[in-house]
Amino acid sequence: MLGYALKRLGTALAVAIFVSILSFMLLRMSGDVAIALAGEGARAEDIELIRKLNGLDRPLMVQYFDWLGHAALGDFGTSLYFKSPVMPLIADKIGNTIILSVASLAFALLIGVPLGVLAAVYQGGWVDRLALGIAVTGQALPNFFLALVLVMLFSVQLRWLPVSGSGTWLHFVLPTITLGYYITPPFMRIVRAGMVDALEMDYVRTARAKGLSKASVVLKHALANALVPVVALAGVQLGLLLGGSVVIETIFALDGLGYLAYQSITHKDFPVTQAILLMLSIAYVGLTLLADLVNAWIDPRIRLA
Amino acid sequence: MLKLKTGLMVGALMVALSGTAFAGKKDDTIRFAYEQVPENVDPYFNNVRIGVILGQLVWDTLIFRDPVTNEYKGQLAKSWKWVDDKTLDLDLREGVKFHNGQDFDADDVVYTLNFVGKAENKVTTQTNVNWIESAEKLGKYQVRIKLKRAFPAAIEYLAGPVVIHSGKYYAEAGPLGMNAKPVGSGPYKVVEHTIGKSIKLTANPDYPASLNKRVPKIKNLEIRFIPDRQTQTAEVMSENLDFIMGVAVDQALGMKAVPHLQVVEGETMRIVFLNFNLTEQSPTPAIKDIRVRKAIAHAIPREAMVKQLVGEKARIINAICFPTQFGCDDKLAPRYAYDLTKARELMKEAGYGPDKKLELEIVAYRERDQTEAMIGALRSIHINAKLQFLQYAAMREHLRLNKAAIAHQTWGSFSVNDVSAGTPVYFKFLSDDMARDPEVRDLLEKGDSSVDPAARKEAYAKALGMIQERVLGVPLYSLTTHYVANGALQFNTYPDEIPRFWEMSWK
Repeated sequence: MLGYALKRLGTALAVAIFVSILSFMLLRMSGDVAIALAGEGARAEDIELIRKLNGLDRPLMVQYFDWLGHAALGDFGTSLYFKSPVMPLIADKIGNTIILSVASLAFALLIGVPLGVLAAVYQGGWVDRLALGIAVTGQALPNFFLALVLVMLFSVQLRWLPVSGSGTWLHFVLPTITLGYYITPPFMRIVRAGMVDALEMDYVRTARAKGLSKASVVLKHALANALVPVVALAGVQLGLLLGGSVVIETIFALDGLGYLAYQSITHKDFPVTQAILLMLSIAYVGLTLLADLVNAWIDPRIRLA
Repeated sequence: MLKLKTGLMVGALMVALSGTAFAGKKDDTIRFAYEQVPENVDPYFNNVRIGVILGQLVWDTLIFRDPVTNEYKGQLAKSWKWVDDKTLDLDLREGVKFHNGQDFDADDVVYTLNFVGKAENKVTTQTNVNWIESAEKLGKYQVRIKLKRAFPAAIEYLAGPVVIHSGKYYAEAGPLGMNAKPVGSGPYKVVEHTIGKSIKLTANPDYPASLNKRVPKIKNLEIRFIPDRQTQTAEVMSENLDFIMGVAVDQALGMKAVPHLQVVEGETMRIVFLNFNLTEQSPTPAIKDIRVRKAIAHAIPREAMVKQLVGEKARIINAICFPTQFGCDDKLAPRYAYDLTKARELMKEAGYGPDKKLELEIVAYRERDQTEAMIGALRSIHINAKLQFLQYAAMREHLRLNKAAIAHQTWGSFSVNDVSAGTPVYFKFLSDDMARDPEVRDLLEKGDSSVDPAARKEAYAKALGMIQERVLGVPLYSLTTHYVANGALQFNTYPDEIPRFWEMSWK
């Protein structure tokens, strides 16, 4: 297990470093930062002054290693746009993103797991088809579209929920539903597949033969086994949610990391964009690693493969 | 029935718990949303429109320009006098207080202007302040401003972007402190600034009656930063906002049907024009043929575009400047009426027709529908224009690398009502000048630096005429903006796109 864990850790580190290089280079190649910072109407000499003052005239690799060295110490520099240190800026916003991600994951589990169980128990019936329909819709519907539909219904028409902001728990309801619904289908499908397999297992048949109630057979015996891969999937989906909330946070003006990422991309605020990218990449890689380790711990066949 | 009741109760409970106060006059608060967050609310350290708006709400300028008559009046300065081409003396007003209780006097003007005039202090838009050499105190309420060069438009800048800070507070807090806790002397004072999220303001009850703005009739103003236009629309429709601006035409028209809202169209100082790359490195040398450029000028259906795509309040322009700007006189500028026959003839003379089409690239960064309409018009005179639609910074880089023959440009002159803030940017050999005509440059320089108003006007008129005679660009029209507001709000719009919240009242 230790060997497997070290091997996976090495791979995760390599991926994180590769992502950091890629994001650094891609962002720099997407346009001239000095022109973006100077804004509309700036003269050539203003642009050159900005380039020099921000060290943007140095070779790219020098800029990268300089940034990485400081980032390793938790110093991501100063925001070019907000003119304040990057770390406090991120620390101020990350709480809302974590709340949104965890709430969305909880929503997805609350909807996806029961639907998966019902679809498996009533395999081929109308419940199964309904669950499939919900899953297909969830994945096919762009989340920004669902967000607008929910806003129109619950905020504009019914006036039950606020449209945007992050002041109260109610501000998180619509973004949670939007993001959560988007990741519900994978949970539903994995639970359904696991349950279909489990319900055909000998131990389930034995449980039935012993005269246990249907609910006990399904929830106590079959579901316990079908839920094992869900734990690993939840870890990966949480990573996806942390990084995937840019559009939703922007639509709902929810003051989180995704909204900050949008602002920093719009203003070509490279220190902030790179710090967010690096942190989200590490979070995603870390959660994937954790999921792999949990899977390997539960199922020895994985670490031996 | 029971379910309906339960639903209503849940809804009512949610609204009660959310703490979301519906906008309106009942709490005497205007809730306004804007899409861009200023990097710093200190007007010298941002280059976004909301920064200009805040500059007028929270701070004051030495001189005031009446937005209706364009007449200059005293504001923090009672009067002013040119001592020579490069020296301006001002008598300051007494009895003005900053929001932190400090009295305003010459020290504040001297500190502010000396600070922002130094390039090393990195004011974002250098053109607003790079004409200031220094400021010196002549008395407690008298200052002298020395200019680096003769710059007659200084009065316009002193009435616009050059606001006055409390010298003592600014020296202690600096631009970052000013951003965290803004202090001005304007009609509204900031009570809370949550960086990147919102700004809450309240009326300044001590605002002197002798100034040209006034104590606001509506006590509170809350500015929220909402980047998504659809979200802004939903907020205003659900009565959580009272005022939004820059709404797309189609959305604004759609919201006319909402009973509690009013949709108002207002003209802006932002002009639209085509700019040609006529340099040696032009990617399409054919554009250097004046017949091709004249054909393009004749092929753009400006009237139809204004009617169908821009808005009723937009106006056709015949020179590359906004009509109210000092020096914007189009009397010497030839007109190029919409005439496809003439345009095709000119293209034929230049060697282009159905069998030989001119291929070129046009770059744009906003109002894509208008660019596409122009591309369609150009197709009818045998020009196949390929659109590159980019962010502003990327467009600028694209043009500087000579990758496009035509730029669909817009320019708002930072709301400065003087030609020097507009035309020279594109025709005075600055970095965005793709025409590089030395005669035009010299005329613009004369207009920019002469202190004699008549000489300035003459120089600008000649320059603008020459630009059109040589078709170095094609002036099109001014843009409009749509405001969507609570139906109970009484307000006027102005071409400088600065909502005067201090003038607004509830109906």
